[in-house]
Amino acid sequence: MTAAPPPEALRAPLVVEFPFTRSLGPVQSAFLTGLRERVVLGARTSGGTVLVPPAEYDPATAEELRDLVEVAPAGTVTTWAWNDRPRPRQPLATPFAWVLVRLDGADTALLHALDAPGPDAVRTGMRVRIRWAAERTGAITDIACFEPVGPEGPEAPPLHPPAAAPHDGRFPDPVTRIVTEARLDYTHTPGRAQGAHLAALRGRRTVGERCPSCRKVYVPPRGACPTCGVATTDRVVVGPAGTVTTFCIVNIKARNLDIEVPYVYAHIALDGADLPLHGRIGGIPYDQVRMGLRVEPVWTADGRHPDHYRPTGEPDAAYDSYKELV
Amino acid sequence: MPRHERDIAVVAFAQSDHRRRTDDLSELEMLLPVLDEVRERTGLRARDIGFTCSGSSDYLAGRPFSFTMTLDGVGAWPPISESHVETDGAWALYEAWVKLRTGQADTALVYAYGKSSPGSLRDVLTRQLDPYYLAPLWPDSVALAALQARALIDAGDTDEEALAAIAARSRADAAANPHAQLAGAVPHGGHQVRPLRTGDCPPVGDGAAAVVLAAGDTARRLCGRPAWITGIDHRIEAHSLGVRDLTDSPSTRLAAQRAGLFTAPVDTAELHAPFTSQEVVLRKALRLGRSTAVNPSGGALAANPVMAAGLIRIGEAAARIHRGASDRAVAHATSGPCLQQNLVAVLEGDRA
Ligand SMILES: [Zn+2]
Repeated sequence: MTAAPPPEALRAPLVVEFPFTRSLGPVQSAFLTGLRERVVLGARTSGGTVLVPPAEYDPATAEELRDLVEVAPAGTVTTWAWNDRPRPRQPLATPFAWVLVRLDGADTALLHALDAPGPDAVRTGMRVRIRWAAERTGAITDIACFEPVGPEGPEAPPLHPPAAAPHDGRFPDPVTRIVTEARLDYTHTPGRAQGAHLAALRGRRTVGERCPSCRKVYVPPRGACPTCGVATTDRVVVGPAGTVTTFCIVNIKARNLDIEVPYVYAHIALDGADLPLHGRIGGIPYDQVRMGLRVEPVWTADGRHPDHYRPTGEPDAAYDSYKELV
Repeated sequence: MPRHERDIAVVAFAQSDHRRRTDDLSELEMLLPVLDEVRERTGLRARDIGFTCSGSSDYLAGRPFSFTMTLDGVGAWPPISESHVETDGAWALYEAWVKLRTGQADTALVYAYGKSSPGSLRDVLTRQLDPYYLAPLWPDSVALAALQARALIDAGDTDEEALAAIAARSRADAAANPHAQLAGAVPHGGHQVRPLRTGDCPPVGDGAAAVVLAAGDTARRLCGRPAWITGIDHRIEAHSLGVRDLTDSPSTRLAAQRAGLFTAPVDTAELHAPFTSQEVVLRKALRLGRSTAVNPSGGALAANPVMAAGLIRIGEAAARIHRGASDRAVAHATSGPCLQQNLVAVLEGDRA
């Protein structure tokens, strides 16, 4: 019942990966489809400013923008930053410059990468042009990067169009949606209370923590009493047996879950705990599970956590003994 | 000075010791001592707080609805009046200020926390960018700040030497701050993303902070010298980086004007400038002169727990008023790339 010394912190890799599918409005659709066709479009405001990349609204007036124009695939660096150590998924794997480029015909700048031999080859005001990706799908990455135009770079193409020229934004087979892939890698550490709980499970014990103020025992512990708002520190071994306080019958098979349906998922108040935890009930037909049923854990083969709970064979608990925990 | 009938003050502030990693603690466990400290300082128990508001981010934690885990620390059962912002806690403080201002509560607890150690912060922060034109390129936070720094150098607003001096001054001041992660003489280091060197960038770390706000006579009862919030406002820049003049921060200037900053001098400025170059922009926008002590705490260059660092600026400014080291201070918080969003608060202490 005393605070044990903290075990070495547990850690596990945690990967968060999600493809966000996003619909494009008419302006973004035209811009990204244009990139696929090696055409750069901007949006012209009523004041005559050309935004590249284009927005659907005027950043100064919030007025809706629909007036598309074509600008040149070459322009001027307005600011830059030399990236010696490219990070995963950035546009180039070799050292490169991040640049903001104002394309000829545009009044605002586009962020991208500039392929240059080193920081001495980059300066604000230098002329650059788009290097198109070989495979283009209608995404900002259809621009592989920028490359210098001038003595060091390939000969500059004639600037076409010389200034922003009207464009109807229409292309065959327009891109209307993009998928923004994201993957972030974390190392998860559960912290003191949950770490101690997980460590105890490896020894086939379930520990909770007692609130020093209201004396309630929480399991699994999170480190604080949600009623009193104070830290819980005293560890208490609870169970192993407990009482089903409420349950439901699951009829839908979850993906990657090797359990026959129907099965019962229940709230189980372990003996000595003041909060029910949840778990699957096995070893009894699903339609014979009931409130008050006494159960005990059946551990997984690797003994890391209870796989499910099965009846102990004891008489059912009286409703009054667990009614506060339903 | 005439005041509105619902004057609101910061009456207590606490923060954790900011550390590179806190593998041994959950977010809640990192936060609890901070909550205990402000409650002890005011004598308020969890049940006495009228409104609670927090700031944090799921992307730092790598888990959805991660803020719900810390609600245990404020005694959220039976239900309390509570809210959350998915950004820096300075914006949670703004929400709490509105709640008190409109008379819906007399006291508010505001807290914020961030653990950057489980992930790679530079990569995580790319996910807050525009998903169409920016996020697919994974431009990291240091790279974007470096673009801004280059623009400032090109404009003649600063140079690498002046930036190094900002870093050195901040970390020297942080030697007097027991919570700082990076203090004293710190090597300026090599280029991270040129022109920014390691020393121009904030440390990456874990930390938490909490502030208690109170209205009128309640504030006077809870605190010997309340730090009255005489003005607070927040503004945002245009969405696209290429539309903005990166050498200026009109949103900060406008927020400062709305908060009443320019009506009288301030002796203290706590600026949320994670990069040295951003202090140059903010000094200009806030028209700070030599008579103002800028970031006497060391600022975000000494400790930058993401999602809490802005709230800490308000807390540090208030704490100086509490202990009589300041009479009129400005606190600034930012969020997003290159000072995208900016909040400015003016705090004043009663004069003897
Ligand atoms: Zn309790």
